[in-house]
Amino acid sequence: MDSFTYLAPRSLGEALTALGNGKQSLLLAGGTDIIVQLREGRRHCDQLIDLKHIPELMAYRITDDGVLEIGASAPLARLYEDPEIRRRFPALVDCASIIGGIAIQSRATLGGNLCNASPAADSSPALMALGARVVIASSNGTREIPVEELFAGPGRNTLQPGEILLRVRIPAPAPNSGAFYHRFIPRNEMDIAVASSGVALALDDSGVITAARVALGAVAATPILVPAAASALVGKPANAESFAAAGEAAAAAASPIEDMRGGIAQRRHLAKVLTVRALEGALNRIRESR
Amino acid sequence: MSRTHVSTILNGVETDFLCEPRQSLLEVLRDEIGLTGAKEGCNNGNCGACAVHLDGRVVNACCVLAVETQGRTVDTIESLAHGDQLHPLQDAFLQEAALQCGICTPGFIMSAKALLDQEPNPDEQRIRFWLSGNLCRCTGYDKIIRAVQRAAAEMQEAK
Repeated sequence: MDSFTYLAPRSLGEALTALGNGKQSLLLAGGTDIIVQLREGRRHCDQLIDLKHIPELMAYRITDDGVLEIGASAPLARLYEDPEIRRRFPALVDCASIIGGIAIQSRATLGGNLCNASPAADSSPALMALGARVVIASSNGTREIPVEELFAGPGRNTLQPGEILLRVRIPAPAPNSGAFYHRFIPRNEMDIAVASSGVALALDDSGVITAARVALGAVAATPILVPAAASALVGKPANAESFAAAGEAAAAAASPIEDMRGGIAQRRHLAKVLTVRALEGALNRIRESR
Repeated sequence: MSRTHVSTILNGVETDFLCEPRQSLLEVLRDEIGLTGAKEGCNNGNCGACAVHLDGRVVNACCVLAVETQGRTVDTIESLAHGDQLHPLQDAFLQEAALQCGICTPGFIMSAKALLDQEPNPDEQRIRFWLSGNLCRCTGYDKIIRAVQRAAAEMQEAK
């Protein structure tokens, strides 16, 4: 591994100052991607800025309005161990509890998983389905964007030089709504998605879908939202017919590549099947919460 | 490159060392401090052979920089036995013949210990899920699972 200096700023201000000192920087959260990439020579830096000593980046909270705000450096295990998060945001638990194994989850973070910008990242489709936004800081202040606007391509995010992802904001779930994330992998655990689907549904009292979001992972150069799948659902009853239509729309939106993990036709088929099953999972959660 | 001074509590003992920022915790444990229990398998977070505890949570030492452990608690496989007295997990791995070459064993035991510290009586599925980040290429997993179940039972009984 190339040599670099290590900085552990105690505040956001210190971190932004370090980021602006003209040296080539990388940001360190859980390190489960970046340390490996540095070792393998896939990324380089003069200085590595550890974001785990900044209290606001390590914290998470549910606001009085029910919004879940998660500091970019908070480890995944702390999130899914929290009973309130488990109860109110099960789709977040779906993704957080399958990113790597337990030893990865002790360290890995949502901020890192998002900024690493893998098309197959598990947190991305789940957070896109949940309508999450990310708050980004620079010396000019903060800006907020939908999480899907963070992805530029495989391994590339849209953060500008001098910017730090501060936190993820997940809106309070609407009444009578549910979300679900899952993926296909050839073993039971500890693998990278061949394809994945995250969905969220809201129903009115008669069971008609009033809002829907469908997102896919590992079927394009970035995780993608599928507005056509959402359109196929809204205004329809939550049943096998509307779910099948959404699945077809998901398959049509997929533009996968063939690689060691899967083929094009397989991934397209998975986009359909996983979307239908994720919708069933979300619907079950709505029923269980009644 | 200048070396950084790091103070940790390593296996219950205040320990100071010098390291370069680019050195992983695994490199420092093995090459600087001489604790070779944690093994280098894949060196990229997949195999779990280097599992140690950082502030009580299991981590892959290859995916931690040694400088990150400043002021923190690190426990390795070397902390488990007291003299000739093996930890129940170590004993159970022997009783169940849950190892052949043994390279993966320290990682499996440290992962399993993290599980039993948190959940004293996990079912088989839970053990398999928890240990999915540890790879074994010779023994196979059934004996390892049985060893963890045996240790859990013995630790429950001893309470």
